[in-house]
Amino acid sequence: MKPRSQSLYAWMLLFPALVLLSTFAFYPSIATLWSSLFTRGSARRPAKFNELGNYADLFADPVTWKVIGNNLIYAGVTIPVSIAIALLMALWADSRMPAKSFVRTAYFTPTMLPMIAAANLWLFFYTPGIGLFDRIIGVFGFDSVNWLGQPETALWSIILVTIWKESGFFMIFYLAALQTIPPELKEAAIIEGTSRWTYLRRVVLPLLMPTTLFVLVNALINSVRLIDHLFILTKGGPDNATKLILYYIWELAFSYLDAPHAAAMTVLVLIALGIVATIQFRLIDKRAHYR
Amino acid sequence: MAHAAAAIPGTSHAEPFIRIDGLNRHFAGGAGVHDLSLDIPRGSFTTLLGPSGCGKSTTLRLLAGLETPDSGSIRIDGRDVTTLAPSERGLSMVFQSYALFPHLSVKDNIEFGLRVRRVPAGERRARLNEALDLTDLRGFEARKPAQLSGGQRQRVALARAVVAGHPLCLMDEPLSNLDAKLRHSVRQDIRRLQRRLGMTVIYVTHDQTEAMSMADTVVLMRDGRIEQAASPADIYANPTTEFAATFVGSPPIQMMPPLSGEQAPRVGIRAEDLHLVEPKKGLLTVSVTSTEFLGAETYIYVRATEGDDIIVRAPGRVEPAPGTSFDLDWQPEAAHRFDQKGNRLALHRKTLVPAE
Repeated sequence: MKPRSQSLYAWMLLFPALVLLSTFAFYPSIATLWSSLFTRGSARRPAKFNELGNYADLFADPVTWKVIGNNLIYAGVTIPVSIAIALLMALWADSRMPAKSFVRTAYFTPTMLPMIAAANLWLFFYTPGIGLFDRIIGVFGFDSVNWLGQPETALWSIILVTIWKESGFFMIFYLAALQTIPPELKEAAIIEGTSRWTYLRRVVLPLLMPTTLFVLVNALINSVRLIDHLFILTKGGPDNATKLILYYIWELAFSYLDAPHAAAMTVLVLIALGIVATIQFRLIDKRAHYR
Repeated sequence: MAHAAAAIPGTSHAEPFIRIDGLNRHFAGGAGVHDLSLDIPRGSFTTLLGPSGCGKSTTLRLLAGLETPDSGSIRIDGRDVTTLAPSERGLSMVFQSYALFPHLSVKDNIEFGLRVRRVPAGERRARLNEALDLTDLRGFEARKPAQLSGGQRQRVALARAVVAGHPLCLMDEPLSNLDAKLRHSVRQDIRRLQRRLGMTVIYVTHDQTEAMSMADTVVLMRDGRIEQAASPADIYANPTTEFAATFVGSPPIQMMPPLSGEQAPRVGIRAEDLHLVEPKKGLLTVSVTSTEFLGAETYIYVRATEGDDIIVRAPGRVEPAPGTSFDLDWQPEAAHRFDQKGNRLALHRKTLVPAE
């Protein structure tokens, strides 16, 4: 085949992917970047080039910092806690016990439920006075708490829902990874006199490292991406206490119809996620090559 | 004490190194071991041989403490270890899959047990170096198991077993993942290592060549029971059952069709004890079906009017045409006679004298 027809062949093969990626990934990204550099246009004042003015506005707005702070706490708590719980559940579900498959299914249920449906369930749990949690603490004589209605507890209530939702999902990955560890490794360790804890620390955890990094990447992306439950539970309130970055962007774009600022915020998130993903994949390459 | 252990040559001491007494471990479906008793002398190389499902691996795992017996006792070096944890039994084990830790280097794999037992750094280094020298693994310390060949991985598993300095080493089909050529040389290496360190080795295999070539004592197992425990020469020359006779030896013992003038229901003869002679001058009329040339010898497949093919070993290269009629002849004492149940009838014992 001549080089020319060969390159035509290559283009033909790449064409479908190129079209799809351009339409749904490249064009939106570039359009977002582009529109983040202009002011909001109206009938009387057309949009004009604003350099980095939109970004400056965002950095000057205390709500932006509040939202970023919220998201950092949200990520900082949900990621390690849900990974730790997932690992514990997986270790337990991997051991010999009765009704193993029932337990595994039960753990996985939160992942199968749509987030909106799950949030409605939790809304009932959190409802002051008649909710499940208030009923339970009422038995012990505590006063009713408006879990979602006060800034001190609202974010933590959201965090709890997320951990509940995510742990079961991550557990499945850990469970799969645990089942690839040959049982002879444990027997070899037992013969050497290894305690269960040492075996876990020196053998199981290192072998789960690739899974942990994979789960970590997912958890990090989810900490920015998962906001469905905010729409049902708090709508970002009270007093921005539960407003997370993606919800804030949605609000800017569709409640305040301020597309340029929403675009600017989106670009910032993309940059931040890009940096984190790069670091994590470097780590994966370094730590997981023994497989 | 009524002790019904299988007789093993060289067990004249008051108590052998290992004494297994009336050991039972039953699994659903009939597998496991049944009323197993066995004495193993110190410093010996014993192979547990048998087809899959015969209980050889279960016996090894019971010895290691990875399985708990339903009843019976295991004594190692004068101590009752029946209920002790594996690590308290003073033994090491080589697994069929080697069970190397994939995330640890060769050095860390070998040292794993020493670190767990908190052996001081100086002693640890000395023992590591000794194990590396013994297994010829110097220069590979920093490699991960995935970067090693099958034979090297096998040596790491061996090094990990000898580094602990335990007097007893259990090996569960350690050569089955190696190719045939390597298997032969590693067989020699293991035997040399065992002699040099004076270890007692109990070695599980389903390969009778491996068992025969390495062992001081071959323990042939079948259906969870010991079929025969004897030296390789003895088990070859005097198999106590038809099963032992056909399992040990390559080619297996040749079972004859019913013979006129023979009282024993079942007669087996080793292929090298059979000779083809002129028609009417032997004991059984046969015709050649095919030949198999192996270099130093030829297997001649012959068949009588009834029964399966019989293999006759002939030295060098001979090519009788298929269909040629011969008579099969053998010395009367070469015949192994068994009753209907497969138990040995003739009570004379053969002694194999080493050829000078």
